[in-house]
Amino acid sequence: MKIRAQIGMVLNLDKCIGCHTCSVTCKNVWTNREGMEYAWFNNVETKPGIGYPKEWENQKKWNGGWVRTKSGQLQPKMGAKWRILAKIFANPDLPEIDDYYEPFTFDYEHLQTAPDSKASPTARPRSLITGERMEKIEWGPNWEEILGGEFARRSKDVNFEGVEKEIYGQFENTFMMYLPRLCEHCLNPTCVAACPSGAIYKREEDGIVLIDQEKCRGWRMCVSGCPYKKIYYNWSSGKSEKCIFCYPRIEAGQPTVCSETCVGRIRYLGVLLYDADRIAEAAAAADKQDLYEAQLGIFLDPNDPEVIEQARADGVPEAWLEAAKRSPVYRMAMEWKVAFPLHPEYRTLPMVWYVPPLSPIQSAAEAGKLGLDGAMPDVRSLRIPLRYLANLLTAGKEEPVALALERMLAMRTYMRAKTIDGVIDAPTAASVGLEPGQIEAMYQIMAIANYEDRFVIPTAHREIGEDAYDVRGSCGFSFGNGCSGGTSAGNLFAQPKRKTVKTPTEVF
Amino acid sequence: MAVWLNTVLYGIYPYIALVVLAVGSMLRYDREPFTWRSGSSQLLRRRQLIWGSVLFHAGILVIFFGHLGGLLTPIWVFDALGISHGAKQLLAIGLGGVAGVFCFAGATLLIHRRLFDPRIRSTSSFSDIAILLLLYAQLTLGLATIPVSLNHLDGHEMVKFMSWAQGIFTLDPAASSYVLDANPVFKLHLFLGLTILLLFPFTRLVHMLSAPLRYLWRPGYQVVRRRQGGHGTASRPAAAAE
Repeated sequence: MKIRAQIGMVLNLDKCIGCHTCSVTCKNVWTNREGMEYAWFNNVETKPGIGYPKEWENQKKWNGGWVRTKSGQLQPKMGAKWRILAKIFANPDLPEIDDYYEPFTFDYEHLQTAPDSKASPTARPRSLITGERMEKIEWGPNWEEILGGEFARRSKDVNFEGVEKEIYGQFENTFMMYLPRLCEHCLNPTCVAACPSGAIYKREEDGIVLIDQEKCRGWRMCVSGCPYKKIYYNWSSGKSEKCIFCYPRIEAGQPTVCSETCVGRIRYLGVLLYDADRIAEAAAAADKQDLYEAQLGIFLDPNDPEVIEQARADGVPEAWLEAAKRSPVYRMAMEWKVAFPLHPEYRTLPMVWYVPPLSPIQSAAEAGKLGLDGAMPDVRSLRIPLRYLANLLTAGKEEPVALALERMLAMRTYMRAKTIDGVIDAPTAASVGLEPGQIEAMYQIMAIANYEDRFVIPTAHREIGEDAYDVRGSCGFSFGNGCSGGTSAGNLFAQPKRKTVKTPTEVF
Repeated sequence: MAVWLNTVLYGIYPYIALVVLAVGSMLRYDREPFTWRSGSSQLLRRRQLIWGSVLFHAGILVIFFGHLGGLLTPIWVFDALGISHGAKQLLAIGLGGVAGVFCFAGATLLIHRRLFDPRIRSTSSFSDIAILLLLYAQLTLGLATIPVSLNHLDGHEMVKFMSWAQGIFTLDPAASSYVLDANPVFKLHLFLGLTILLLFPFTRLVHMLSAPLRYLWRPGYQVVRRRQGGHGTASRPAAAAE
């Protein structure tokens, strides 16, 4: 057993209101730069929909993630190493920027400089790549916002597999949910495996997956390898970039920007201890529907004295062991089993997990007739098809998702009885396999969601890892070249590209 | 060509080009690692790149290693193997010619794309366009040498270039004299080749020095790093998913 610790994340989709604050704050901090305008380390999709980039979940098209070979070994779906290298001159599995969207700005300047005219001046779009006029914007990072676009297109969503999707095209039966997405910081990342340069790595101390910008050569295999399409090729610098899990903040014990600014308080950050020696075994489970349980199987109980002893021996700091005991992520994923990995069938063992959303009863008329399973509505009569959620979170296995939804419904019933009737409804708790105390803890963390309950982040021990004397006078986060921005005027090696578009801040 | 000019271009210039190539590449690798990349533009436009890039790279790899092996292998090796000079020249013409045509077709597609696709044109730097045009010119010159070579199939002209190239690397002061009376097409080809070597560190061509062959025998798939002892970027393969 080799114990490592990782900061994991849980997103409670039941509370996501789709406000995009996470995406916008993330963009402002990390990707508001030339070459990365199209990239959203965090984006929020409306489901059902094909998402961003288009059809990212369709691995028949993009070949992301892993496959289990006949011999039971894992290999990237793109192919074995020689096969990946063979794609280096031209990669057939790489999306084009139009699969994301062509980044654009508007001619804001024209609003101020337009001459007197009968009609109000307009700010027309302009490409941020070529600087040329765009007559029509055809696609954007969130084109399907709140079921935008026609159903025929949205219903290409592969999560409809096994669902009679036609009836959900009718207005009366339609359903939707939000899915905020970021890098999963997987235990078994395909991006790392596909990188020919070895530039992508997982940090042993906190599990964050990063791209070494000085080692990346822009072979762009990671973009294809990642089944979540959360690695973005910066067309300006020629390097790939990805969500860095705000590691400078995490190291200081602060939540990521997306988590900090989430107005719905849906995001949780906490330590998970896992057995690194069993990653390969868990990721190679024969039946894809066993992958969720297999991943649970390598997470370790932070209260188990044996685990604590072994973790200490493997170098996990004391503060991390303490944080692991209070980890909201551990409680939701392991104790209450209400959080699930996104698409475990990709075999990447993702570490950003999701609590499935509840939804209204299918229809008011039906609600009278059926749907009450004892005191609670039957989760199979909820508006969002159970199978759809299961396709998203458990490779199609419905039972674990059903239990999670029942537990969330039970939490409401229990707390309603407690606060309104003043009764402790132990039978309801028992019906979903929980103690009253557990339900109340769930309520505290998932419904009240105080800041200190959501974010239990131990600080990094950099003083152990590096000599602070060596880093004096350095500039912390930068793009290589010491303190420079990566290029400078008159640089022999990399001439700055012709700037084609003025940003609004340069205009005013 | 005047002897003094011949000496400057083929006796002195090669050393300037090779030193700039070596020192420039090392400096760039050490000082500007962030700029060291292949510079792929596939994300912006897939059209013409798939065929263009594959043909170009496949062709140029054959040509590159053909030149490397053909010019720098001592002639006695071929004699010992019983390969006549004429046969070697025929091999060079045949293999180089086919690869050259592949490469030429690919480069044509890539140049058309780079110059006339608005996305690629506006995101190209001066050096991106310049080096592509230089390679194209060099390729054209290389193909143009084939008819010249077909006029003398005994291989003596080719041996001149071998002696010259090997003379440069063995610091033979008389190296430039071996090519003094070579055909101007060949001499232009040599000069442009040396110029490409000279410009190499300042262009995207450096990506060929980091061809990721190591990937094939990198143990396992996963890479994990831990901070340790101040210089904490030692990577080691994890157990996962071998």
